[in-house]
Amino acid sequence: MLRYITFRLLGAIPTMLLIITAAFFLMRVAPGGPFASERALPPEIEARILAHYKLDLPLWRQYFDYLSHILVGDFGPSFRVRDFTVFELLKTGFPVSLKLGVLALIVAAIFGMGAGIAAALRQNTRLDYLVMSSAMTGIAIPNFVMAPLLTLVLGVYLSWLPVGGWNDGAIRNMILPITALALPKIAYIARLTRGSMVETLRADYVRTARAKGLRARLVVLRHALKGALLPVVSYLGPAAAAIITGSVVIESIFDLPGIGRYFIQGALNRDYTLVMGAVIVYAGLIISLNLLVDIAYGFLDPKVKYDR
Amino acid sequence: MKTRFMHYVVVGAIAFAASITGPTSLHAEKLLRIANMGEPASLDPHFVSGVWENRIVGEIFLGLTTEAQDGSIIPGAAESWTISPDGRVYTFKLRDQIWSDGVKVTAEDFNYAYRRILAPETPAKYASLLYTIKNAEAFKRGDTKDLGVKAVDDKTLEITLEGPTPYFLAQLVHYTAYPVPKHVVEKFGKDWIKPGNIVSNGAYMVTEWVPNDHIKAVKNPKFYDAAKVKIDAVVWYPGEDRAQAQKRLRANEVDICTDFASDQIELLKRELPKETRIAPYQGMYFFTLNTTRKPFDNKNVRLALSMAVDRDVIANQVLKTGEIPAYGYVPPNTANYPELVSASFKTMSQKDRDAKAIELMKAAGYTPEKPLKLTISYNTSENHKKISIALASMWKKIGVEAELANAEVAVHYKNMEEANYDVARGGWIADYNDAQNFLFLVATSSGKLNYSRYSSPEFDWQMAEAAVTTDLKKRGEFLKKAETIAIADMPMIPIYYYVSKNLVSQKVIGWKDTSRDIHRIRWLDLAS
Repeated sequence: MLRYITFRLLGAIPTMLLIITAAFFLMRVAPGGPFASERALPPEIEARILAHYKLDLPLWRQYFDYLSHILVGDFGPSFRVRDFTVFELLKTGFPVSLKLGVLALIVAAIFGMGAGIAAALRQNTRLDYLVMSSAMTGIAIPNFVMAPLLTLVLGVYLSWLPVGGWNDGAIRNMILPITALALPKIAYIARLTRGSMVETLRADYVRTARAKGLRARLVVLRHALKGALLPVVSYLGPAAAAIITGSVVIESIFDLPGIGRYFIQGALNRDYTLVMGAVIVYAGLIISLNLLVDIAYGFLDPKVKYDR
Repeated sequence: MKTRFMHYVVVGAIAFAASITGPTSLHAEKLLRIANMGEPASLDPHFVSGVWENRIVGEIFLGLTTEAQDGSIIPGAAESWTISPDGRVYTFKLRDQIWSDGVKVTAEDFNYAYRRILAPETPAKYASLLYTIKNAEAFKRGDTKDLGVKAVDDKTLEITLEGPTPYFLAQLVHYTAYPVPKHVVEKFGKDWIKPGNIVSNGAYMVTEWVPNDHIKAVKNPKFYDAAKVKIDAVVWYPGEDRAQAQKRLRANEVDICTDFASDQIELLKRELPKETRIAPYQGMYFFTLNTTRKPFDNKNVRLALSMAVDRDVIANQVLKTGEIPAYGYVPPNTANYPELVSASFKTMSQKDRDAKAIELMKAAGYTPEKPLKLTISYNTSENHKKISIALASMWKKIGVEAELANAEVAVHYKNMEEANYDVARGGWIADYNDAQNFLFLVATSSGKLNYSRYSSPEFDWQMAEAAVTTDLKKRGEFLKKAETIAIADMPMIPIYYYVSKNLVSQKVIGWKDTSRDIHRIRWLDLAS
């Protein structure tokens, strides 16, 4: 297992390099720059600003300059915000996005799996149909439709929950964003769990357990669940990635100071360093999550062995 | 077994519900919450360039002059001043004032600030606003160390200008002319603006800045007029989603929204009639024509295009937020200006204008059967799109086949600066209350900012005369003559004069409409 992990981590390095290079050059290809604006700058001022941010150097030199700084953990200055470095901005934003994403994932996993298991155990009853049709709705409605709707009803009309803001991570402020983020995933996980559970319940080893006379609950929890969860666990990797990228929209809608918003604002402002920083964080996160999922898979499925 | 479990569920749910209902507490402190629609680039007045930054920086620092409750120019850090007869030398007497750390505010803080923002190595985007000061431009280029600013003594500041500049006092309210605390900047360098280091001579001091989340400021007890400042603390939120901000106001989470989406106006008039504040704003919305490309070098084509625009339809049916149709370049209520200048066809009915326009286009060789093909460029925004579509349809009948092209603001303005367009949408908000600040858009000397590349020796001559005239009335006449010349040539098509759009909670007391949409918090109060 250790060899496998080491191998994967080493393999992540060229992946990251590729991502950084692609992002770097793609950003520069887009027309416009960080300092083009409604007011044209006199030439001496424009020259000074470009020189200050090294934008007057040839592109390949800027690239290697950036790489050399990244290697020592220096993400550079933001082109837009002068009083904070990119690292400081990411440092304040990352815990917010992480908290949001992890909680949304946990909520999605628990509720999704719970609903899916319940539906599978009561297959073809009213409960089953209720869960599955709700799931279909949850998958079909995009979260940027759901979120403002929830905000309007629960925040403006009923005043039960705040409309927006982070408020230092107060629970009240997290409820709506987490719901909006988790709902589509709950739906998907529920369907996935149900399907997988139904199949597993028909498997030979489950029939053996039942034949042995084990209590129904034990059959489900100890034996069937592990097998049924395999597809769900593999989905958790991409689900986490989807939640992370979905947070870009949710953070804008709910005014949350996470990294997702930096993506949008940074891209529109051509704040190259900020967007690069966000790309690196997201890429690192997704690579790590996929690795974790694969490791978890190895523990759940006795047929999977990573080391020869 | 089941009932025990349900018991736990119910208790858990109640506990959870209790934990999430907010505590009710009585705050004696008056806190003003503002949805500011943007994250500032900095708290350093030399490195900002936007109106949203002005709302924060202008509360921390006090310039030589400042804005009164109604927006007019009043003494700020300067208690009084004298102007030399030739209008070139201003001598300011500073009032007794201290920074929030107790150190005296002196003329040297201003001298230091101007030399800092104009220094060649300072990447200050807005420094050119101070080019009215003698040698400022050369100083910026590094050609001279001699700048027309002198700290005569601790309380006397002398500024020499390039030429008589009647709008100079109005320019001084802008953040490019703010003082900076020399002793703090020299001590902390780049970190001088971090909360904890930064000091203010204005009504408020910033105590925390969580990037992308909020900026908080509290009342500065050392402010010279602190006794009259009623609001204890301010919070600015940087979110740019206007719909979101509007919802927060309705849920009583913010007190002021500094903008709202125009297409919400019907809803706002219904749901928040008292909170919706619309007022004339010193800005002009226009479509510029590229006179370096045929046939836009033909005056009659330009006039035809301008005449065929039904500005009433645009203002009343497309925008609906009270924008004023514009037939000239300088907005109403501009200081030191005799009267509003309008194109001669303003008095014609739209039907007659259309008829005349068709005639002019025909003479130039264009009819609906043989139309002029052009591209209307605009930067991404619902309103710009709607107006461009309206223009395209209005021009169809006079023999124009228009294509629309939209680009992001950075790209769009770059194209305009490089004269890489046919017809392009633009807008100009006044930096200071003076006609020159609008007319320079069509002056030959404006280079890249003269998007239309219009060049009229007569126009330039009138502007040059105005620049050296100290008598404000005579100067106004020169500027008016200049505008009349330009509007007859129509290098840019004015569409409307801006309005400022704010949502102001009824709790806020003292909010007055001002032509530059500036509302300094020292004049405001909150009802409890």
